[in-house]
Amino acid sequence: MNALAASTRPRIGAGFRLQWESAQGCHVLLYPEGMVKLNGSAGEIMARCDGERSIEAIVGELETAFNASGLTPDVLSFVEVAAKQRWLTWE
Amino acid sequence: MNAPVTSRPGPPLWLLAELTYRCPLHCVFCYNPIDFANQTDELSTDDWLRVLREGRELGAVQCGLSGGEPLLRDDLEVIVAEARRLGYYTNLLTSGVGLTAERARALKAAGLDHVQLSFQDSTREMNDFLSHTKTFELKNRVAQIIKDQGWPMVMNVVLHRLNIDHIDRIIGMAAEFGAEYLELANTQYYSWAFQNRDALLPTRAQLQHAEAVADIWRAKLGDRMRIFFVAPDYHEGKAKKCVNGWGSMFLTVTPDGTALPCHTAKMLPGLAFPNVREQSVREIWFDSEGFNRYRGTGWMKEPCSSCEHREEDLGGCRCQAYLIAHDPTVADPVCVKSPHHGLVVEAVERAEAGVAVATEHPLVFRDPKNSRRLSTQPS
Repeated sequence: MNALAASTRPRIGAGFRLQWESAQGCHVLLYPEGMVKLNGSAGEIMARCDGERSIEAIVGELETAFNASGLTPDVLSFVEVAAKQRWLTWE
Repeated sequence: MNAPVTSRPGPPLWLLAELTYRCPLHCVFCYNPIDFANQTDELSTDDWLRVLREGRELGAVQCGLSGGEPLLRDDLEVIVAEARRLGYYTNLLTSGVGLTAERARALKAAGLDHVQLSFQDSTREMNDFLSHTKTFELKNRVAQIIKDQGWPMVMNVVLHRLNIDHIDRIIGMAAEFGAEYLELANTQYYSWAFQNRDALLPTRAQLQHAEAVADIWRAKLGDRMRIFFVAPDYHEGKAKKCVNGWGSMFLTVTPDGTALPCHTAKMLPGLAFPNVREQSVREIWFDSEGFNRYRGTGWMKEPCSSCEHREEDLGGCRCQAYLIAHDPTVADPVCVKSPHHGLVVEAVERAEAGVAVATEHPLVFRDPKNSRRLSTQPS
């Protein structure tokens, strides 16, 4: 995995699956015999990590969708933490 | 805060489908019921598909396919495919017996997400002795088949007195096979394991050694393989929050359709459990006596009812209370506060003194003959 940068295109890690659970009202990340409930912002970020969109594009989408600015540091730090947990991966 | 029993429980997030009690292995620590040989009636494919749908409608999200040996069901692929289609994360819990490359490809095509492979030990002789069949080489092959399909692999090894000293080799083998996770599960003493408890309880020194070796491997492997050491509750003096709380997230359906809050609850006296052939999963989860009896803290007696830890451990395990204290409504005797804790200490001390040798109490293998013999005896 290359160092995390604005051009990085993260995707969900092998063995993990992200899905929306209406019974729980949140995105969850499923893995062998386990589940992580994601909070709203984590869910919004992860749902865009499809290996196609770059961090830059994801930030752009989130800033538009939530009428916000300056989200880059938050997204980068979340992606970094998520990669440590193997929830996200990239080339 | 003391939650009232009437509060609406959350969804049964974990659905464990025990597809069959048939099994080619005869493990001495198996948690399947002692009388499994008398329970030959199995749910049909259609029954299972309906249970999966009803569970998913309630919000179940993890599906464990277990047994016995689930690969003995020839409709396993059909069940996996429906589970996956419904949105479950599908986990196959297997001994690996029967998992050919062809079957693995079919299960992958059906959408199986993950395989948990159980090993009895890392040394062939011990493995064959404990599982009573020649399966070790096969498991080596199966581990490769699992990796070839790209599945994340959890290896599970049940630890006890007779294999715990092989821990270094066990962990080394799991790392060599490329397992992502290794569960080193100290034996939980129910059913067959309870029957064989004196022969299986390790000494404190054995446990300390095993934990130290696991720590060395953790440092060496880092993130490459996560190692979980499931604590031995007899030795810890601390009750576990069994199945994360009775009827709080865990739902087991046994081969004949009985719905249980944990895989061993059927042993509990004075409590009828519903069957998925007669009731919907929704009725079972929310309204049945079997699921409501020990929910929350309202059922507790002293010392649990006023204990500061009552919300953390929810009184521990009902089956353990029944097996050791002969009363499912008392505190889990592994807890130091339990008036029956002396019985646990006694068992641990017997293990410490090494009194129980295999010649005195021969291991009872989980097979149909022993099952029928033991289930006709008055309990």
